[in-house]
Amino acid sequence: MSDRENASAPALLGLFGATLRRDLLLAYRSRGELFNPLIFFLIVITMVPLGITPDPVQLARLAPGMIWVVALLATLLSLDSLFRSDFDDGTLEQYLITPQPLYLLVLAKVLVHWLVTGVPLTLLAPLLGVMLSLPASGFSPLILSLLVGTATLSLVGAIGAALTVGLRRGGLLLSLIIMPLYAPVLIFGASAVASAADAMPYVSQLAVLGAMLAVAIVSAPFAAAGALRVSANG
Amino acid sequence: MVINLELVNLECEREDRILFTGLSQRLSGGDVVQIEGPNGSGKTTLLRVLTTLSNDYSGEIHWCGQPLQRVKYDYLQQLLYIGHLPGVKKNLSPLENLRWYASVRGGQAQSTLETALAAVGLLGFEDVPCFQLSAGQQRRAALARLYLNPPPLWILDEPFTAIDKRGVSALEDLISQHAERGGLTVLTTHQDMKLANLVRVNLTQYRPGARHE
Repeated sequence: MSDRENASAPALLGLFGATLRRDLLLAYRSRGELFNPLIFFLIVITMVPLGITPDPVQLARLAPGMIWVVALLATLLSLDSLFRSDFDDGTLEQYLITPQPLYLLVLAKVLVHWLVTGVPLTLLAPLLGVMLSLPASGFSPLILSLLVGTATLSLVGAIGAALTVGLRRGGLLLSLIIMPLYAPVLIFGASAVASAADAMPYVSQLAVLGAMLAVAIVSAPFAAAGALRVSANG
Repeated sequence: MVINLELVNLECEREDRILFTGLSQRLSGGDVVQIEGPNGSGKTTLLRVLTTLSNDYSGEIHWCGQPLQRVKYDYLQQLLYIGHLPGVKKNLSPLENLRWYASVRGGQAQSTLETALAAVGLLGFEDVPCFQLSAGQQRRAALARLYLNPPPLWILDEPFTAIDKRGVSALEDLISQHAERGGLTVLTTHQDMKLANLVRVNLTQYRPGARHE
């Protein structure tokens, strides 16, 4: 590697790549914490048949919404730590004085968040679908909608995490800020799976989820970057 | 080109208390500027304003004759800031920390990174996670950035904290070399600096006569 022009494309990829690699390494080093949302997801879904009813017919009706709600809450649980350690050790200040777009840096961090929470949740979901006797036709839309939906959840959640990172007890506030923004994702995600389970078309709901993801990729990192500047200023 | 940083009538306020007001000072390349003042007098606040992290001030700042907000991108490229929190990830080794910093700042060869770590005395510790290192060694992991093809403007908030005597004198040498090359260093410290071209800015002189509640 040699010295590069700071604004050139390789340097931008360097920023994105280096942050991606570093955050994946950090996630690997503290891998114990990665299991928290997964365990939460697993435990809650396991409790549903015990707490409500073991009847497969009723469980199948509950399954799409239940899996989606718990996946959403599990994502929410993991959000608080997105920028927390950066804020605490001063790395956040270094991000803000980088002469490169903060957008890419936030995008890299969110991508890592999705890879270590959204993707494992998605992979675990079919197993939980079996436990809740989800009809066979519901499995592929469950995986697809969660894959697209959790990415949107990570992106939108980054805005809330960035806004509350400067507060000592931002956890509750984070949930309040983010919940209304999560509602559309939940509605379309759960509805896609429910339609498929009833053997109805579900492509339109998936298309809406895709559109939400596209809007979130373009705009959420900007909003989060702005929020980080505000948080660091205080 | 000689770099310069001009503060015009700068005023900072914190929690309805004016920290300093009417601060005007011209800092140019070759200077080592020590910001002085007791605890809570606004040293760190001033440094954060100079790094653009905080825009909670009134007055003007000019970088090489241009308003800071207009040349912010160029300015940030010329800036190296080590804050009161050094930005070292405890779960990463000094080498991994430095590698990320270097990639974000435009990329450096592996050998350059190792030379920088050797210069701050972390050779042999480059692969040890930072949480196993002492406070001084963690500080040194951050200071290694000063050896990586450094930009002309350094802003250092208490760089000598937790550093031993030999480390302090090595750092002083580095700062005076930087000044000889035409670089500008702005720092806060409670140590006595023994440098020839030291400019002292004492914030107590700019404290307002009356505080408003």
